[in-house]
Amino acid sequence: MDDFLNTKIFGVKWSRLLTNIQQTLYMVGWALLIGTIIGFILALALVLTRKGGILKGTGARIVHAVLNFYVNVVRSVPFVILLVTIMPFTRLLMGTTIGSTAALVPLVLYISPYLARLIENSLLECSPGIIEAAQAMGANVFQVIRYFIIPETLGSVVLALTTGTIGLLGASAMAGYVGGGGVGDLALTYGYEKMNTPLMILTVIILIVIVQLIQLLGGAISAKLRAHQS
Amino acid sequence: MIQLEHVSRTFREKNMEVRALQDVSLHVREGEIFGIVGFSGAGKSTLIRLVNRLETPDSGTVRVKGQDLAALTGKELTSLRRKIGMVFQQFNLLEGKTVFHNIAIPLRMEGRSKEEIERRVSEVLDFVELGEKKDAYVSQLSGGQKQRVGIARALATAPEILLCDEATSALDPQTTESILKLLKRVNREMGITIMLITHQMQVIQLICDRVAVMEDGKIVEEGSVLDVFGRPQEEVTKRFVRTVINDQVPETFYDTIRSENRHYRLEQLKFIGDTVNEPVIANLCRREGLDVNIVGANISPMQGSMMSVFILQLIGETDILNEAEAYIDQSGAIRKRLTIDWENRTVTESA
Repeated sequence: MDDFLNTKIFGVKWSRLLTNIQQTLYMVGWALLIGTIIGFILALALVLTRKGGILKGTGARIVHAVLNFYVNVVRSVPFVILLVTIMPFTRLLMGTTIGSTAALVPLVLYISPYLARLIENSLLECSPGIIEAAQAMGANVFQVIRYFIIPETLGSVVLALTTGTIGLLGASAMAGYVGGGGVGDLALTYGYEKMNTPLMILTVIILIVIVQLIQLLGGAISAKLRAHQS
Repeated sequence: MIQLEHVSRTFREKNMEVRALQDVSLHVREGEIFGIVGFSGAGKSTLIRLVNRLETPDSGTVRVKGQDLAALTGKELTSLRRKIGMVFQQFNLLEGKTVFHNIAIPLRMEGRSKEEIERRVSEVLDFVELGEKKDAYVSQLSGGQKQRVGIARALATAPEILLCDEATSALDPQTTESILKLLKRVNREMGITIMLITHQMQVIQLICDRVAVMEDGKIVEEGSVLDVFGRPQEEVTKRFVRTVINDQVPETFYDTIRSENRHYRLEQLKFIGDTVNEPVIANLCRREGLDVNIVGANISPMQGSMMSVFILQLIGETDILNEAEAYIDQSGAIRKRLTIDWENRTVTESA
């Protein structure tokens, strides 16, 4: 096995290639997990505090305005600029700006608002009639979310996350370039900078395969969740 | 059971003001089926939502079982809502889940045990005659079946009041009738007070005990179903009643009537319940010098009783007609003389 790993493909050792694939999966995986948690909370907050939402009053309006503004601002910044701008913050948090783990800081910061918007759109698909029925049954806010909104929209949320993941994959390539590693980094440092076209093509193919797998998996889970929705 | 006192509600949107409810008062008695009828925009939806506080009034009080809803804490409101079931026009079920799952939700929210939930769901499904559909997915059911599930879900927590928001408006006439029969059973067999809103007069006619007619946020007429159907006062009430009981001269008869050369009068006779003890029409037919032509007839069952409307063409000399009118009036039937405007082909009533 070790002998194989030491052999080169298109000028790069197999061991190197596999390491970078692992780095990409690491970055995407963790950023997706943390980003989804934060994004979901943000999305719920946005849905509950919006005009006509379940939570009423000026307090809710203010919270909505603040969160909405935050999400819009972060989404407006191109990822590569965000990446570079928050480097001091990254260094503060992680002690360094190099490495896949450090890259998680800008990735999570970027993807959370994006996922929040995608999830928010999915949650809003729940018809107001269902929420009314829930409230008429005496459901409190948590119960409305747990028993009605989430079951109704989960299929749609998964599709949204699938879209978000593919976007995250693209961002990870940029993060890789400034020290995160990963397939994108490989493509740019070894492929582009060294004008190694075959390697670049190989990395692109690897990325295509990863995207297809994500799409297939997400689509399948979503289809299963929406199986009996007529 | 349900008391609304001088409630008002205005919706303000941008520069528009919609006065959904204007000083409405009404009282639903325990154990009755109370219907509210009105055209779209009359304020019915807002009114019914005051009862479970999905809507709050700008002014006035809402009392359920003597409790002022405005004084309730969050917990008290939750427990009140468990005692009030609601059924919707669009059913509002989770389509992707099974019938069982949908009905179980309110029970799960109450924290009942698995066995209790199984038992109660089966019980309530059997009552709505949908026992065999327990594991079917809601999306696979017909409209009538979905509404039965909706009703079963509303009954799951053993409520004392059932609110029906246009429960049959999305169903075809036959299915409407079967759902109405089910609601009647809910009321009679379970003793549940029902308050319903509809624009279908058929609903009022078939199952309601009392009815209120709403127009532009106000109640314009109210009373027992027989009274409101039999002696409608307001124009809007008459229009509603007319949608199920045609008390006018059928268009097709205009020419037949016109062709009568002798002197005649058109009379509308209403018999409500069993207030009339003699065969009025038969007696009219036996009168000397009077010919009777039955131009229209309508018999409607309602509220355990009956109402019938007859349009008669009474042919004879003036004094005979006057006597006939006097006879009808003393019998207890409600009489109105009708005049046809031949130009516009319309009918007007007079004494």
